[in-house]
Amino acid sequence: MAEMTRRRGRVGYLLIIPAIAWLVVFFVVPFYSLLATSLYDPAGSDFRGYEMTYHLSNYWDAISEFKGPLGRSLLYGAIATLLCLVLGYVLAYAIAFKAGRWKNLMLVLVIAPFFTSFLLRTLSWKLILADDGPVVSVLQFVHLLGDDGRLLATPVAVVAGLTYNFLPFMVLPLFASLDKIDHRLVEASSDLYGNPVVSFFKVTWPLSLPGVVSGTLLTFIPAVGDYINQGLLGSPNQRMIGSVIQSQFVDANNYPSAAALSMILMVLIVVMVLVYVRRAGTEELL
Amino acid sequence: MSQVAEAATAAGEEASYDGLRLRGVTKTYPNGFTAVRDLDLDVPRGSFIALLGPSGCGKTTTLRMVAGLETPSSGAITLAGNDITYAKPYKRPVNTVFQNYALFPHLDIFENVAFGLKRRKVKDVDAQVRQMLDLVELDSQARKRPTQLSGGQQQRVALARALINRPEVLLLDEPLGALDLKLRRAMQIEIKRIQVEVGLTFVHVTHDQEEAMTMADTVAVMNAGVIEQLGAPAELYENPRSTFVANFLGQSNLIEGTVVSRGSDTTSVDMHGIGVSVPAARTHTDGDKGWIGIRPEKVLIGEEGEALDAPGNTIPGGVVTDVSFNGVSTQYLVRMPWGQELQVFAQNTGRTRMFRTGDRVELSWRPEYAFLLDFSQDASAGSQRDDD
Repeated sequence: MAEMTRRRGRVGYLLIIPAIAWLVVFFVVPFYSLLATSLYDPAGSDFRGYEMTYHLSNYWDAISEFKGPLGRSLLYGAIATLLCLVLGYVLAYAIAFKAGRWKNLMLVLVIAPFFTSFLLRTLSWKLILADDGPVVSVLQFVHLLGDDGRLLATPVAVVAGLTYNFLPFMVLPLFASLDKIDHRLVEASSDLYGNPVVSFFKVTWPLSLPGVVSGTLLTFIPAVGDYINQGLLGSPNQRMIGSVIQSQFVDANNYPSAAALSMILMVLIVVMVLVYVRRAGTEELL
Repeated sequence: MSQVAEAATAAGEEASYDGLRLRGVTKTYPNGFTAVRDLDLDVPRGSFIALLGPSGCGKTTTLRMVAGLETPSSGAITLAGNDITYAKPYKRPVNTVFQNYALFPHLDIFENVAFGLKRRKVKDVDAQVRQMLDLVELDSQARKRPTQLSGGQQQRVALARALINRPEVLLLDEPLGALDLKLRRAMQIEIKRIQVEVGLTFVHVTHDQEEAMTMADTVAVMNAGVIEQLGAPAELYENPRSTFVANFLGQSNLIEGTVVSRGSDTTSVDMHGIGVSVPAARTHTDGDKGWIGIRPEKVLIGEEGEALDAPGNTIPGGVVTDVSFNGVSTQYLVRMPWGQELQVFAQNTGRTRMFRTGDRVELSWRPEYAFLLDFSQDASAGSQRDDD
């Protein structure tokens, strides 16, 4: 019997080896490499090689030079996440509670845009928001936009692009959460003198919080680091941190600075996520 | 003129009735299924009524219409004279103990029970909730979540959450269905005690005939969207008016018979060549033929030719085909000369001997226990009870 238990224990360890190997190769090593790069002497280059000097000031330099894009990224990411939440909640609610036999079709429609490339979809927004495009023309006609006003190369275009591209990441977890809610709980609330508004805020919303939390995380994290939307729909005035990191790596060949920025972004997001999950009080619901 | 006066009197009578009243209530779903058909029901204030029937008989739909969770297709529901047919559920003084409880998983027990009071902005919620938790003996569990409680405790929370609002009518939708037998028996007595204590009107939906008879003052047996019969449990059991009630409430032997004559007191019936009599008050058919009904425990079993201890309808020529002894009583199946097998429950009083399979016996019963039902009804209606 004891022999059996020991053998099963050994098999267990054997079975997690692939997972551990995966994590080591694709997470621990790259992470270490990124951390190390962020501390190299910035005087080095691809050609001459880098020297490890524990150059902590890479971080201060990166923050002071790029605090604009950093702050902007968090702001655009937050606005896009909020918009996704409002739009996505309504959609997910409708699919979960009102779609009936159209439920699966509607879910497929939510995912359908993924069959087209991310880049193509963002490029098509460029056409939609173009200066002589339909949206601008209509807005100019109703005088919401001046005659020389435009949407392309403005924060509006960037946030719109982010919202559009990440909406499915919000809708799917929200749907999963809402779909699980026992409709009888809403009936019970209404039986206990809760009108529809009260029932929503006291029963449906709290029970959908796990979906809200995972949806906002899945939207916010990639949105903050995104640079495609800014690159295609915005201008250098809307420069986001992803774009800075990209150009530091690819154009300026300043690896230590790019690595330091990546680390800063990662730490910021991890801290914000932890605070957020705590505040939402959904650990036990997750 | 007289029509107006009549309508006015009717309206006056409607208004003066202080209980729950359903008139001509019909519910047809969009898919064409009629769950409840032209239902009339009066539930006096302070009474405990059970809607009893198999699944799909319309009892839960009826309950949900009273709660406001379904809208009747036609008909009217009034409560203490007020028409509530189309009132929103959150605007009626009616609360429900849901099947499977529907407790809010994100709220603790205290908040679950306080839910209704808080929505109505009642004062001293705290004291009332404490008092209610005390009544259902859960005061020590106030800060736990529903999932941390046992089934029986969750059931009591559901009861407390509804009761605390002191509704005009408390609806119970199969509230004990998820509990095991022993706990169910205990809760039946508990709920009955609470009902007497608080004096509220209870409408209880169940498919368990024993539960309905134990708890309710009045039982309404429902089948296919209509009330088959309504009355006190003993009355329903002793004098069923349809084969469905006879079979669904307990068990019955139903034997084909031809009416020979109808007197003012008794109806004489020819049962496969044997003359039996049935009291006129228990004769529920105008036809020439009928089902003679007799409860298995009312049938006496004896040796062939044995002298009877009471004058009655005697049927000779039976053969015991099955015996099952269960301690308190013995259940026999007896094949009669016309081929039908009758059920007999004999108390194990020790006065008569136990019979064995193959024994030739004579059956008899007192005429006052028999009843006569309409022959057009299906003799097996209501006997297929696959649940409980």
